[in-house]
Amino acid sequence: MSVEAREKRQPWILLSPALTAITLLLFIPLLFIFVYSFWLRTATGADEIGFYLDNWREALTDAFYRDILLHTFKVAAITTVVCAMMGYPAAYFIARSKGNKPLLLLMLMLPFWISYIIRTMSWINILGVSGALNTFLLWIGVINEPIQMLYNEATVILGLVHFLLPFMVLNVFVSVDGIDETLEDAANSLGATRWQAFVQVTLPLSLPGLAAGGLLCFVLGAGTYITPLVLGGTSDAMFANLVFEAIITQLNWPLGSALSLMLLVVLGALVMIYNRYLGMAQLMKGLG
Amino acid sequence: MGERASLGWQLIRGYAVLVYLFMFLPVMVVVVLSFNASQFGSFPMTGFSFRWFVALWENEAILRAFRTSIVLGLLTSAISTTVGVLASLALVRYRVPGANMISTILIAPILVPEVVLAVALLLFLNFLGVNKSFALLLFGHVIFTLPFVILVVQARLIAIRRDIEEAAMSLGASPAQTFFQITLPLMLPAVLAGALFAFTISFDDITGTLFWKPGGVETVPTQIFAMLRNSISPEINALGTVMIFMTVGLPLLGLAIARQFARKSGG
Repeated sequence: MSVEAREKRQPWILLSPALTAITLLLFIPLLFIFVYSFWLRTATGADEIGFYLDNWREALTDAFYRDILLHTFKVAAITTVVCAMMGYPAAYFIARSKGNKPLLLLMLMLPFWISYIIRTMSWINILGVSGALNTFLLWIGVINEPIQMLYNEATVILGLVHFLLPFMVLNVFVSVDGIDETLEDAANSLGATRWQAFVQVTLPLSLPGLAAGGLLCFVLGAGTYITPLVLGGTSDAMFANLVFEAIITQLNWPLGSALSLMLLVVLGALVMIYNRYLGMAQLMKGLG
Repeated sequence: MGERASLGWQLIRGYAVLVYLFMFLPVMVVVVLSFNASQFGSFPMTGFSFRWFVALWENEAILRAFRTSIVLGLLTSAISTTVGVLASLALVRYRVPGANMISTILIAPILVPEVVLAVALLLFLNFLGVNKSFALLLFGHVIFTLPFVILVVQARLIAIRRDIEEAAMSLGASPAQTFFQITLPLMLPAVLAGALFAFTISFDDITGTLFWKPGGVETVPTQIFAMLRNSISPEINALGTVMIFMTVGLPLLGLAIARQFARKSGG
């Protein structure tokens, strides 16, 4: 074999384990649940192989699923907006700080390394009936009885923001840090106030980072079922909770397949739209 | 710079401090409460005590969960890193036709919501006769840590200069010798970073794990989740503190090691 031919084959040999793994453990399973979603769970608990539209009819027309899907979008959207409002100024501060930037960034990224379940349950210590806030309010005498602040939509959003904020900060930071600071100085010297310089120069240039952070927050937020289980009440189920219910509790795997594919299509469409207009490169910058 | 002292900048700084507090306070409360002597896992603090850490140590279920998580994390890390490093090498070191397309395929497991990935893998492997088992957990953890390993390793591999290898080859080293004596030592920080990343993600995962784990097997996060269903016991806070020190301590240690290597190799 010639040297060139070997050069050509080598990368494929190196890539083959990864490509095989992803094909066998992701792409084929996804195709499989597509097929599975047309099967039927019979009353006896066995799956009937065939081409039934029942699961899709149920998933697409039942108002119950539609309402929870809309509720999921609402929660994910609010979470994303809150993350942007909290994360943008913080990321801007780190990027433009004259201090130790890597340390400042690392500090905000540290919680990212701390277990998701621990961070989620930590809010019970703060907002629970015998949590820090209630103890404090009782102590200063504002309330006489502890109040239940947990297990509602607001605490679900709070938990999600706490979980997803680092993704936003990192993406915005990468973007703002890459903008030449002298651009703002130039705008200033041409008569713009600092605020005008920010709104008309820095903010538009950092939008790709904001969009990447927003996409991550929305997609990850909309796909969660742990946060609503830990911090939400009975009416705060999100779409992923329905999937979990169908698969693990009811063992209705065909319906669960249809529901997961619905989630995949909706969130996948968002990623596609994002990719179409902004490309994956920005997202990779923030992840890598 | 005079402007740095401006009111606007002061406001941004104050706001940033609040954001830092928001991120850290709940975690700090977990750590503080884990040393609470009171028999309830909540305020008020009645004294300083290690009793909950002792209780943790004596809780067989938690120790078992720890062992499961560590074995699973190490295996996941070993497999993901091996597969990921090979793929990264191919992408960084060779001109591969359709490299962009391949990169997208390799990171696809991140782009698919984890719940969907979990369902697909569970149902497909079950169809093939692999029931909920440790093997299924391992497959699952490998597939969703792989993209992260590839991203991290790739980013670091780009920084390694190719001419050092070429120099070794021109001095008569065989490709294998060059790889083991030149490339691998230079790659080591990248490999370690990838391995650490994979371990941490695997150790922390709950979303997929709850779908894949067989009945009776718990990892640390699913164990915490199960304990939360009853009530928040002080043991959970102690366990949380251990987890916090593990997951924050390990990457920091890794970072320090990487720095050390970088200094030694003059980079």
